[in-house]
Amino acid sequence: MTQADAVSPLWEDALLAAALFAIDPAGLGGVAVRSGPGPARDHWLARVRAALAVEAPVRRAPLHIDDDRLLGGLDLAASLAAGRPVSQRGVLAESDGGVVVLPMAERIDNATAARLASVLDHGEVNIERDGLADRLAARIGVIALDEGLEPDERPPEALLERLAFRLDLGSPGGGREPLPLGFDLDLIAAARTRLSAVEPAAHAIIEALCAISLDMGVVSVRAPMLALRAARAHAALWARSRVTAEDAAAGARLVLGPRATRAPAEAQPEDEAAEEPPSPPESASDPPPADDAAREPDPETLTDAVIAAIQAALPEDFLERVALERAAQSRSSRSRGDGARAKSTRRGRPVGSRHGALHPGERLNIVETLRAATPWQKLRGGGLAAGRVQVRHGDFRIRRFVQRMESTTIFVVDASGSSAFQRLAEAKGAVELLLAKAYATRTRVALIAFRGGGADILLPPTRSLTRAKRRLADLPGGGGTPLAAGMDAALLLALAERAGQRTPTLVFLTDGRANIGRGGEPGRAAAEEDAMAAANRVREAGVNAAYLDTSPRPRSDGDRFARAMGAVYAPLPYANANAVFDLVDDLSGGRR
Amino acid sequence: MRFAYPFSAIVGQDEMKLALLIAASDPTIGGVMVFGDRGTGKSTAVRALAALLPPLPSIKGCVFHCDPKADRALCPGDCPARTAGGGEIELTPTPVVDLPLGATEDRVVGALDLERALTRGEKRFEPGLLARAHRGFLYIDEVNLLEDHLVDLLLDVAASGENVVEREGLSVRHPARFVLIGSGNPEEGELRPQLLDRFGLSVEVRTPTVLADRVEVVRRRDRFDRDPGAFVGAWAAADSEIGERISAARSRLADVEVPNSVLEAGSRLCMAIGADGLRGELTVMRAARAIAALDGAESVSEGDIHRVAPMALRHRLRRNPLDEAGSTVRIERAMSELFGA
Repeated sequence: MTQADAVSPLWEDALLAAALFAIDPAGLGGVAVRSGPGPARDHWLARVRAALAVEAPVRRAPLHIDDDRLLGGLDLAASLAAGRPVSQRGVLAESDGGVVVLPMAERIDNATAARLASVLDHGEVNIERDGLADRLAARIGVIALDEGLEPDERPPEALLERLAFRLDLGSPGGGREPLPLGFDLDLIAAARTRLSAVEPAAHAIIEALCAISLDMGVVSVRAPMLALRAARAHAALWARSRVTAEDAAAGARLVLGPRATRAPAEAQPEDEAAEEPPSPPESASDPPPADDAAREPDPETLTDAVIAAIQAALPEDFLERVALERAAQSRSSRSRGDGARAKSTRRGRPVGSRHGALHPGERLNIVETLRAATPWQKLRGGGLAAGRVQVRHGDFRIRRFVQRMESTTIFVVDASGSSAFQRLAEAKGAVELLLAKAYATRTRVALIAFRGGGADILLPPTRSLTRAKRRLADLPGGGGTPLAAGMDAALLLALAERAGQRTPTLVFLTDGRANIGRGGEPGRAAAEEDAMAAANRVREAGVNAAYLDTSPRPRSDGDRFARAMGAVYAPLPYANANAVFDLVDDLSGGRR
Repeated sequence: MRFAYPFSAIVGQDEMKLALLIAASDPTIGGVMVFGDRGTGKSTAVRALAALLPPLPSIKGCVFHCDPKADRALCPGDCPARTAGGGEIELTPTPVVDLPLGATEDRVVGALDLERALTRGEKRFEPGLLARAHRGFLYIDEVNLLEDHLVDLLLDVAASGENVVEREGLSVRHPARFVLIGSGNPEEGELRPQLLDRFGLSVEVRTPTVLADRVEVVRRRDRFDRDPGAFVGAWAAADSEIGERISAARSRLADVEVPNSVLEAGSRLCMAIGADGLRGELTVMRAARAIAALDGAESVSEGDIHRVAPMALRHRLRRNPLDEAGSTVRIERAMSELFGA
């Protein structure tokens, strides 16, 4: 039973996605649900759970799950009890045939995302850990609960790209009115068994999905593949034996719509039949007549019909969503180096040769310790025969993490006025020079520009030359000089880096002619006062800073700001990229 | 049973496929790094390669599937090759070993066999992935996410061709010569130069943007997903043809001539673009020879050099971050200046 008439189109799509996902969780990869916690999300999740096969496991993988539990590894307690290695399955293998739920998916790091991606691609977990080598089936679907607020707070692209559906449950006034139930559960169960009987899609259907994905600026080929699978699940839901234009349109709307980076060329309004999606059948026992055999148009008209149906099925706010999506992508969507890098150092090599007592805060590497103790069990009278393993002090292996101190150089560039372009070019050059050797020195680089009303992070901390180049290619410039806003933004970023165990260094390139206040209002006196206050905050936070004065002649303002910040002051009237590079290299080199 | 997507059914991506065939024909070239967009079939291609490779003659019963000709001296003490005074020879499939993310060091290099030790008190070496990959391929997907200590370890073994294990009271060395295949997305971080340098060839794959190609990719994938057995069967003949090409190229390789004029052209190209070191030149030469062998030619032509130069050299150019032009463009520019190609 559906309440399609009473329900907002957003919920209609969310429930349709839930139904299709429940029909083919592993084939569709999953659903990214963007929403804060609340009744709407809980309700949607409950619907998915109810719609999944009874025997399908649903497991939650917490944000900071470690490899032992995610992939599987040695079950230490059982191994000790049994006197031989006993493996334990991880959450991914335990969820075979079901669904893994990822809370706070916007904070998942690249390393975890890559592990999930590999399992989604291959349907199995490949384990080479702790003396165990195994391949376990893990045909799973993923529900990524994305609680991000900012456009650039979202799950890693490597994960998102493999999930068929992206829903946004965040905005509507759900919760007041009773939430709709969606599709009949028997209908979904029947569709699940029918799915494999749906015939291979006609060439025209595939061509239409590929054409429209190109048309909408969706680059990855995975998107039309997933749209096709969604179309097939849709056909199964409507008890059809082959994929029709309507099914393709639904797949395209749900899968391609949220991925679009531009609007499709133009709608072809002559196909009116498709504008009104058919209402779903009342129950499993009452399927609609499978009418697809009746009409068998030639491929070209079918392609056109599918494209028209798809265009007609795009939601009204499609263009708005496209704009949002584009904004998210052009910002810092992929900058999650922080989590990933911090984790990889934590996952670094445990140095195990140190003997002696365990100090507070240190962790015993139990597997390595047992390994070290094992060969001596016979001699010590331990082992299986004695019923226990004898571990001596000398066997202790202490998990010591190779923690390399990373540093982040944050360039804060004055992009105001017409002369800005020169300065921006210099900063660009210096950033790229630093990046080129970033891997060896473990330096990350970020770029903040301030101009007009405020400051923007143009390049979030990164070591990727590819990304940096892209981002640097078109730097904007012009407007007033909101120096205080620039300093504030720089300090915030510096503190975030420090929280991520990296040492930040701020490098300001400005002429110090502040004329926009903290709140964005013009006025030199107030602007300078605000800037001075911001500079003081930088010093109080104890952040390393350099102030490169780019005004034609050194001015006392610059010196004052620099001193307030506790920054190294260098007048650089004839600054060039190499000079900036040398200075910054010296500054951070002193610490290394 | 799980089926791998057939190599011959991969649409387009000719440079990647060619690089893999070259590496399979001449393992001394030193591996392939595949950079590229998401969803371009990087890992599909590498996994498909396994089905094409001809079986290897190995010493029967040897855990390292040692080469009867080459590895006698290197193999550890209890190898049948030594103890039985020779050992029979058997054919084993060429290993293509995955190094999964999250692998621990003990599984990569090999370690004490915990089960044996705990239950029987025996000190026995349990070979790791490096041993399994000996004489075959070691594949690392998302190589830029590989942890640093594993990278260090691989660099060492890839350079020396043997794996030396000194841990837990074990002291084992065994041969570990493998072709390293890596794939990754440059957006997720740069690769360490030392690691990049280990790869003989480097290719860049892009998402197809021609509609007909995309339709074909989706259509074939759809068929494969619905009935993998039938799909693989349909492409088996095409795959085995490629397999025979590799076998033939391997046996022909030593006889392919490299004319002096071609040698010179390769050197001039490397000098013109300022590729670091001799390794670039050597790789160009070897790859060109492998291409000639794959084509059934008797000698290397200048055209072969042109075909392999971008993949053999693009990762060896000194990076100039201020030069917006990519490495590939620089190589092509140099080639057209030198040879008017």
